[in-house]
Amino acid sequence: MASDAHGASLGSDAAAHGAAAGLAHHFDSYEQQRDSAALGMWTFLVTEILFFGGLFAAYGLYRSLYPEVFRASSHTLSIQLGTFNTVVLIASSLTMALAVRGGQTGRGKLAAVFLALTLVLGSTFLVVKGFEYHEKFVEHHVPGASFHFEGPDATHAQLFFSLYFLMTGLHALHMVIGIVLVGYVAKRAWGGAYTPENHNFLEGTGLYWHFVDLVWIFLFPLLYLIGRH
Amino acid sequence: MPAHVQPLKVYFGVFLALMAFTALTVFAAFVNLGPANTFVALAIAVAKATLVILYFMHVKGNTKLVPVVILSGLFFLFILFLLLAADYGTRGWLGVPGR
Repeated sequence: MASDAHGASLGSDAAAHGAAAGLAHHFDSYEQQRDSAALGMWTFLVTEILFFGGLFAAYGLYRSLYPEVFRASSHTLSIQLGTFNTVVLIASSLTMALAVRGGQTGRGKLAAVFLALTLVLGSTFLVVKGFEYHEKFVEHHVPGASFHFEGPDATHAQLFFSLYFLMTGLHALHMVIGIVLVGYVAKRAWGGAYTPENHNFLEGTGLYWHFVDLVWIFLFPLLYLIGRH
Repeated sequence: MPAHVQPLKVYFGVFLALMAFTALTVFAAFVNLGPANTFVALAIAVAKATLVILYFMHVKGNTKLVPVVILSGLFFLFILFLLLAADYGTRGWLGVPGR
């Protein structure tokens, strides 16, 4: 089977091989092509884990140095909005997983509908995040010259809010990129671009979206839920 | 060969488990467990992340190379945390002023 594909990939023979549609000539089989795509995407996601990892390391260090002011600063965040956004993002991961399943089973229109739902949920998350940021600005909880904090250690409270804005901001940037990707993939899925044999771009976009969800799964308890008792 | 398709009940089951874990972590934050609060919050987050990685991201049932790549990444993350903790955790030991 492998040697067949090699022979057919040369010249105009490839086009004559209808079964090989969507199979790049340097792959022996769809399975090999799919595994390679997953491996490549995961290699990228590992660099993303280490990218966010630096911020998580900084967070862990400063929280261990200034635990009390981190707790006091965390209490200024809205636990209701944080929980709501967590639920929204997990729901968007479900719709994304169902969209990829639509691609796997060759139902492009269904996949596009679930991608559109993912888009709506992702945008909802960003709108809520926008309201949260607005509140921070109104309360002067944004680090800088106009920073004001009611607690005893305002200097180090800025550390918490710097990390809050950096981590959630970087996460939100990933959400924006994810939303653009999901919109593009939804258009392609509606047009029937994805087959059960090759829906690797859809699957890769799904992996990216789930990764953004993973980051939030750690950000939520670390930023919103410090010692609420 | 088309991709292995997971049954729908797997996706909805994982979603419900993630919702339950979210409720649990919010609830646990309001209970005074002392230093264990942070540990419980992180343990729940790791459990949620594992569910997402294994089922939503199809690592279960995919090529075995993917878990190797993920674990190698987590290993380097561990080195980052370990050396940072070793640095800041031992700065007071030498008794050098200003350190």
